[in-house]
Amino acid sequence: MARAPVKKQAVVKTDGAERRPALAGQEASATGVSVTVLPPAERISLRGSEASRAALSKALGLTLPQTPKTSAAKGKRAALWLGPDEWLVIDEAGKDPLADCAKVSALHSAVGISHRNVAVAVAGPAAEATLNAGCPQDLSLAVFPVGACSRTVLGKAEIVLLRTAQDAFRVECWRSFSDYVFTFLQEAMRDAAA
Amino acid sequence: MLLIRCPYCEEERPELEFRNAGEAHVVRSSEMTATSDEDFEAFFFIRSNPKGIIYERWRHIHGCARFFNAVRDTVTDRFVMTYKAGEKKPARLPKVGK
Repeated sequence: MARAPVKKQAVVKTDGAERRPALAGQEASATGVSVTVLPPAERISLRGSEASRAALSKALGLTLPQTPKTSAAKGKRAALWLGPDEWLVIDEAGKDPLADCAKVSALHSAVGISHRNVAVAVAGPAAEATLNAGCPQDLSLAVFPVGACSRTVLGKAEIVLLRTAQDAFRVECWRSFSDYVFTFLQEAMRDAAA
Repeated sequence: MLLIRCPYCEEERPELEFRNAGEAHVVRSSEMTATSDEDFEAFFFIRSNPKGIIYERWRHIHGCARFFNAVRDTVTDRFVMTYKAGEKKPARLPKVGK
């Protein structure tokens, strides 16, 4: 919680050690769609009431969205609305949002989940059809515009879906599901290929 | 596939994102120690199981993760309406079109 004292942790020596993220760098493509595993990013699961939203927004440098299914982005950092008091904050520039939240005294809960999630980019004109092979939501541009995000399902796995461009999506899944999700998307990609 | 309106997401979502969580408006006694065995049994085990309109708790587990209440017809499996958790049982139900 916010009021817990922040202890300085000793830097873990990584000399000679190599971090191997799940599925690192894998990609696949077919006509009209590509599926790419994205590089690691900093992520937090953030929960806080309406009273804490302003202070948290200020600390994170972006306005935490209030409207369902919307996200806010600034530079390489994005905040995704997941529930009425819950957000997923993703920072692709390597600046830890957990450190920013530690300075906030308003009541909130911020949990680092950088290594829990693996992100997959699905891009191309057939991206929508690829995802709809396993995601039951309506992903047409009218209902799921650019910047829209939602926690939903893909096949048997839970994912967080974010539309980054008209024909591009970011799929966030749990690390242990990443193999399944990537294989599923590969199969779906072949079917959806124009 | 059924489409269920989540009162928190303010939108109809596919049923795969939801999970049923039993009957709604089952009130736990504030004087649990004074409750007789019969009353406790009725509170804990006995559910109305009607043929027709039922008030249920549902959870948007693969969405906003919130619990909410839904009014459903057990015969047609049609959702009559949904409302937020903590809100009172609706006094009047909207008319359901065919």
